[in-house]
Amino acid sequence: MIAGAPPDRLAWYRTMVRIRLFEEKVQELFQTGQIEGTTHLCVGQEAVSVGAIAAMRPGDVQTNTYRGHGEALALGMEPETAFAELMGRSTGGSGGVGGSMHLIDFGKGNIGANAIVGAGLPIAVGAAVAFQMQRRPNVALTFLGDGATNIGTFHEALNMAAIWAAPVVFVIANNLYGEYSPIRATTPLDDLARRADPYGMPGVIADGQDVDAVHAATTEAVERARRGGGPSLLEMKTYRYRGHSRSDPARYRPAGELDAWKARDPIEILGTRLIADGVIGAGDPVEIRREVQAEIDAAAERAATAPYPTLEETRPYVYAD
Amino acid sequence: MSTPTDAGAAVAVEPATVMTYREAITAALDDAMAADSSVLLMGEDVGADGGVFKTNSGLIEKYGAERVRNTPICENGFLGVALGMSLVGMRPIVEIMFADFLPSGGDALVNQLPKYRFMSGGQTAVPVTVRAIGGATGRFGTQHSATGESWFMHLPGLRIVTAGSPGAAYSLLRAAIDDRNPVIFYEHKGLYARKGPVIRGEIAETGKAAVLRAGSDVTIVATLLMVERSLRAADELALAGIEAEVIDLRWLRPLDLPAVRSSVEKTGRVVVVEEQVHAAGWGATIISELTIWGTAWASAPRRLSLPDDLPMPYTPPLEDEVLPSIGAIVAAARASVGR
Repeated sequence: MIAGAPPDRLAWYRTMVRIRLFEEKVQELFQTGQIEGTTHLCVGQEAVSVGAIAAMRPGDVQTNTYRGHGEALALGMEPETAFAELMGRSTGGSGGVGGSMHLIDFGKGNIGANAIVGAGLPIAVGAAVAFQMQRRPNVALTFLGDGATNIGTFHEALNMAAIWAAPVVFVIANNLYGEYSPIRATTPLDDLARRADPYGMPGVIADGQDVDAVHAATTEAVERARRGGGPSLLEMKTYRYRGHSRSDPARYRPAGELDAWKARDPIEILGTRLIADGVIGAGDPVEIRREVQAEIDAAAERAATAPYPTLEETRPYVYAD
Repeated sequence: MSTPTDAGAAVAVEPATVMTYREAITAALDDAMAADSSVLLMGEDVGADGGVFKTNSGLIEKYGAERVRNTPICENGFLGVALGMSLVGMRPIVEIMFADFLPSGGDALVNQLPKYRFMSGGQTAVPVTVRAIGGATGRFGTQHSATGESWFMHLPGLRIVTAGSPGAAYSLLRAAIDDRNPVIFYEHKGLYARKGPVIRGEIAETGKAAVLRAGSDVTIVATLLMVERSLRAADELALAGIEAEVIDLRWLRPLDLPAVRSSVEKTGRVVVVEEQVHAAGWGATIISELTIWGTAWASAPRRLSLPDDLPMPYTPPLEDEVLPSIGAIVAAARASVGR
């Protein structure tokens, strides 16, 4: 998807399928040892990434998190580039030195994927303030999880964004768990959007399984920011189907919770709607999934043929001349 | 005293003028902001009344509140903001009112600024200057007196520089602001009133120490306030017939080990003078590296530092007592030389 393109819900659908199948392939590649370390999958949260990023226009930027594959792909990173990064190859987006938690592409407005909870928020505020100073009509988005609403940088970033009326939109993917802990064990609120109130900015809740709802809420906030109306805090109610990270089987979840959320799968919701709206035929979801699966498999295969970087190649990444 | 030689001096564009260390900082900020509209200054109370230490006099009047931006009290947050600004074309200078507050910005300083370019595979530069105002002698007590100069030495991707005189303050701050990488620039608040020659327009070379006084008997390496004390000690040593070579180390990242080595090859003796505890700091690194190189010591290396086992006390007599004094530097150098 190209940031700033007019709404193309079929493209959204394909992108959501691409993210889903990418993540499932990542899981498989871990099991076969082709990807090492850890990873944090966003399966189940595809509508948040795709709907919010579709609200961006050219020149806008975003920061995201270690659970950021969805945003990276929604912003147009090639699956092969992403796989290569996860495989530590020199053809990866960061030349293989970043890995799963750092899918970054400045050319596509993806100015950061951060492995430290909450760290991306002040960075997005900084970009937004810079846009103000440069008199550029651009907006910064920042994606965060529910767990990040308890760290200092969340509050520091919202406060600074508010006092400077920065064109920034904070997008919480509230997937109900901060790592292994249910949100209510760490946070005295069900609705994190309420944390906008003390900073005097709009706090908006949207159905994070419904890409149209995510897109509508984000577009309103982004355009408000672009008009000089200041920051917003958006809370997307969503769910991650997998555990926190590769090593987490998520046994702490109550029985039936996962199935209940899967009954509201974001890809199925959009697919059903596209069929009802006559955008695609009844058989198209299966066909699209087949096409995207072939694309993903081929991308992973090509990525695996690339060389690992040498130390010499990575030296210039440390300091700029 | 011998003529100072400054290995890092770039082409001088104006004759030297005498100004205070504080005025040199202001001049560097002013000149950098005048030269490049993407340069801005931000931090706690940086605007009104020239800032807490009056290092920013006249800047908010000249450049406005957008470019001389007061921030809330949240170091980690506003260092992150500066990082974000730097990713989209700005060159922020962040003032940290007391170097002791750097740890409040710990994540930004440790995990973000130094690593950001690397994690992106070199996609971006990170031109952020962090001005950390540190140092004792002001009776500011345990949490407002640290230099903090070695706290962040373990971080590839970062540059670290210290200013020991007005001229160095100007040329090194200009170098830090010009750098496309994150730089922590350490100022010493005990030096603000000192006067010295400053060359407006001079931009120091990155990573170059300055040999401030030539001598063949013993090498004294110092930073910040200890540079001045080491020069005074060298004057006293000269009266005793001992010629000390005094090096203002300036850059801790990159550390100018070749400059120190070339001096010690001549003298065979070194005294490191630090306003910080010795363990895991630049002084320990220098002695370690010289030893690894196989330096033919004429006498064991010596160090003067803050006590390893005592936070900085407020009470004036004890603050004075724990800082390396001119007398202590003289004594260490004499012990090293053996006369």
